[in-house]
Order: sequence, then structure tokens, then C-alpha cells
Amino acid sequence: MCGIVGLFIKDAKLEPRLGELTSTMLATMCERGPDSAGFAVYGAPQQGKAKITLQSPNPDADFAGLTADLSKAIGAEVSLERKATHAVLSVPADKAQATREALRTGHPKLRIMSTGESIEIFKEVGWPTEVASQFELAKMQGSHAIGHTRMATESAVTTMGAHPFSTGPDQCLVHNGSLSNHPNVRRELIRDGMTFETENDTEVAAAYISWRIKQGMNLGEALQKSLDDLDGFFTFVVGTKNGFAVVRDPIACKPAVMAETDQYVAFGSEYRALAGLPGVDGARIWEPEPATVYFWER
Amino acid sequence: MRTIDLASTSLREMNELLHKQNAGTNETQWEILNPKGRHAVAVGVDAPLNIDIKGSVGYYVAGMNKQANVTVHGSAGPGAAENMMSGKVVVKGDVSQYAGATGRGGMLVVEGNASSRCGISMKGIDIVVKGNIGHMSAFMAQTGNLVVFGDAGDALGDSIYEARLFVRGSVKSLGADCIEKEMRDEHLEIIDGILKRSGLNGVKPKDFRRYGSARKLYNFNIDNADAY
Repeated sequence: MCGIVGLFIKDAKLEPRLGELTSTMLATMCERGPDSAGFAVYGAPQQGKAKITLQSPNPDADFAGLTADLSKAIGAEVSLERKATHAVLSVPADKAQATREALRTGHPKLRIMSTGESIEIFKEVGWPTEVASQFELAKMQGSHAIGHTRMATESAVTTMGAHPFSTGPDQCLVHNGSLSNHPNVRRELIRDGMTFETENDTEVAAAYISWRIKQGMNLGEALQKSLDDLDGFFTFVVGTKNGFAVVRDPIACKPAVMAETDQYVAFGSEYRALAGLPGVDGARIWEPEPATVYFWER
Repeated sequence: MRTIDLASTSLREMNELLHKQNAGTNETQWEILNPKGRHAVAVGVDAPLNIDIKGSVGYYVAGMNKQANVTVHGSAGPGAAENMMSGKVVVKGDVSQYAGATGRGGMLVVEGNASSRCGISMKGIDIVVKGNIGHMSAFMAQTGNLVVFGDAGDALGDSIYEARLFVRGSVKSLGADCIEKEMRDEHLEIIDGILKRSGLNGVKPKDFRRYGSARKLYNFNIDNADAY
């Protein structure tokens, strides 16, 4: 099954409420995905800085002394904000890649959830509202957010198997469905230099989109191409630094409903997820067509 | 009139109240407030009630309905009026996939659009859609009538049995073994009767075209043996 919610704010006045609204939306989707949950929040970027979100199964031990160690490795200041099992590092933008390498070599047990100017990804095993409250999603602010509640089918119930998946800077993807040709696509992407953290089918879809963007396509073109190359059931919701996109496979079994007002574009696996949004009674509400890419950019 | 507010009454309590009503009940007018996309609102009702649902609902609204008139003043999620036996279900907005699936009787009226697989495996229900219907509608439809004022998506009536499909607008493509058929007087009368019962007007029976089974999939054709 799985549940997806997404909110792309058009009216900046609503940005302080992004986390609160996303958290309310996510809570309606618990039964669709009771085993784990996650969300990506796109907050305001800080001039010249990049954010790296990390997760650790032993956060007390692993995050202690981490900033000093990384500062030494990259030769620049590193700050850390801890949120439960996750931590968001802030580093100079030109040192983001060096920081990732220092983490891989010096701290291989730490898992990198996302890297980018505005993205932060938090995900854990557990009942979705509990996952959201441990990271205080309701207090977060920003321009857009994508959340997911998972009922696992293709790979194990683990933190890394939860969605969203991020395979490129400021990119993320969540998925309801299952892909049938992911081993082949994975092999082709690996041959072309992409790397994978899990055996999960959704990670292949995320990496496929990142790979297409790397080739110079925009998000809309990359998703259009995914309809030719990915086989299986899917409703994808994808975020980039400035963009928000939705696409469903041609069979379109996996449910999806959208609402748009002057203030926002919202996605839900069901209308329940949208029912609490401000002004939803006057919103344009529709079901995304099969094999059709919907794409918003600020 | 009885009013149930789903903001303060649980879905299960509401459905139990509706199930307690029988043919002789004096409580025939019901109003349901704040559905907010909840699933299974007013499923399994078996009494001559008039139920007004004030807002949009989720999966399976009025599923298995018998006798009742249910009106959704909003849109409905997947499986609206699924396996309806009798009565009438009216949705003022749109419906999601497989509306009226496997319905055995009664009438489903959709005043907006219906999504994919509308009337899949229908078995006697009459479905009227004022807008368009999505792909794979009336898949394996067995009996009953599907009347569409707008357009039909891909693969209409794939593997259809004896249901009658009447579409006023365009049909993007026909599914396997579904063909356009001659519209005879008896069919115009059927459409006329359905339109009258639906309460919708503004269209004429002769505006529609009829589609149904070519009956080529009913029996195995020995010439196709090599394909298996």
C-alpha cells in the first residue's frame, strides 16, 4: 500500500506552517503505511552553506565530537543540529563533497540521508505520527515538503528502506507501488557511475531521475522519460530545490488526488490527507491522469 | 431528520445506526456531516432511507447498498457504490477509480467525472456519468447499462460480456472484443428510461452511440491454438 503526502507552497505567508500542515497530512496516512515513515523538508537556504542530514543508530556516541573531527578533515567550520537519531550538518557549500567523503572514510556507520542547500530528510521505522513527533516535524518551516508512510513490499523494513530517497543534491523521491525491472535498471545505472545504499526498488527510481537530471534534463523531462524506462506500478512524488512533480504509471492503480489553490499545490494518496488544508473547500481538486507528468517550479 | 456529525460520532457507530433501520422505520431522512474523506461511509445499508452526506468521502461510499438513496454532496474516492444491489447513489462531484464495480442493481449517478475502471465487472447496475470516464471502464462488464454524457478513455469495454455501453462523446479506444453496435429503438427506450430515473436532463437518447461485445472471446477459436 503506502501513503504519500506533499505540499508545495506558492504563497510565502504559508511557509511558517509547512511542517504543521505536512504533519497533519502525514497523520491521516498512518494505516496506509504503518511500518515506517519519512519526510523531506525544503527550508530556506543559507548563503554559501550546504546541509547534510545524517542518521545514526547510536546518535549519542556517533554525534559526539563529530563537528571537531569533520572540521579538521575538511579545513572549515562545521556546525551540527541534532534531531533525535538525525543530525543536520551545516558546511561551506564548496566543502559539501569533501564532507561526504570524510564521513564515508572516517565515519562509515553514519548514514547520509540527504545533501543540498535546502533539503533535510528524516526517516525512521515506526508508527508515522511517532516518527513525525520525534523529529518535531510540526515546527519545521519551508517552501515544500514530501512525506511518506511505508508498507514494505520489495525490501526489508529498515531506516534506509524508508522513503524519501535522495540520490542527488536537493533531490528526493517517494513511491507508492513496486517496480518490476529495477534490477536491470540498477545494473545500467551502476555501469554509468551511480551508487546505491539499499536493495530497494524505489532507490532505483530516485537514482534514475538523478541520472537523467545529470544528463541535462529538467525534472519534467526526466519523469517523462521514466515512463518509457521504468516498468511496474508507481505513483511518484518528486522534489527538487525549486520544483515539485507527480507522475503515475499508465495503469494508475495506486491512488492519487491533488488540490491546488492560490496558496499551494497539495498531493495526497487519499482525499483524507487534503481535508484539513486551509481553503481546501474552494480548491481545484483532481485525480492526476495516468502517464502524465505534473510539474511545478518556483 | 437525524443528523450524524462524524466530527463527534465514530464511523462504526454511524454505520451501526444505519444498519439498525429496517423497512418500516420512521427515521427515513439522514444527514451525515464532516465526512472529510473517511472510508466506508454508509456501507451496507438495507432500508429505504434518504441519506445526504455533506462533503467528500473516501473509499467504498455506499458499498453494497440496498434500497437506500444516498447523495454525496462532494466527491468520492475509489469504489463508490461498489457491489450495489438496489437503490440509488448520487455523487455531485467526481468519483475515483472502479466506481460501481460489480454492481448488481440500482443506479449510480455521477454528476462530475469518473476515473479509471468505472463499472468494472458490472452485473446489472445502471451507471450514469455526466462527465467523462477513465481508461479500462466496463472491463469484463456482464449486464446493466453504462451511460456516459462525455468521453471515454482507453480500452473501453475490454473483454465485455453483455453490458450495454452508451457514450455521447468520443471513445479514445475500444478494448478487446468491444465494438460499436447499431442503435435500435429498443436501445433508445432503454436510455430514455435511465435518463428519466437519473434525474439528469439536457441530452437526448439519439445523441449516444452504443458499444457492446463482438462475442468473439466467448468460445475458444481453434485457429488460435498456436498462440498458447
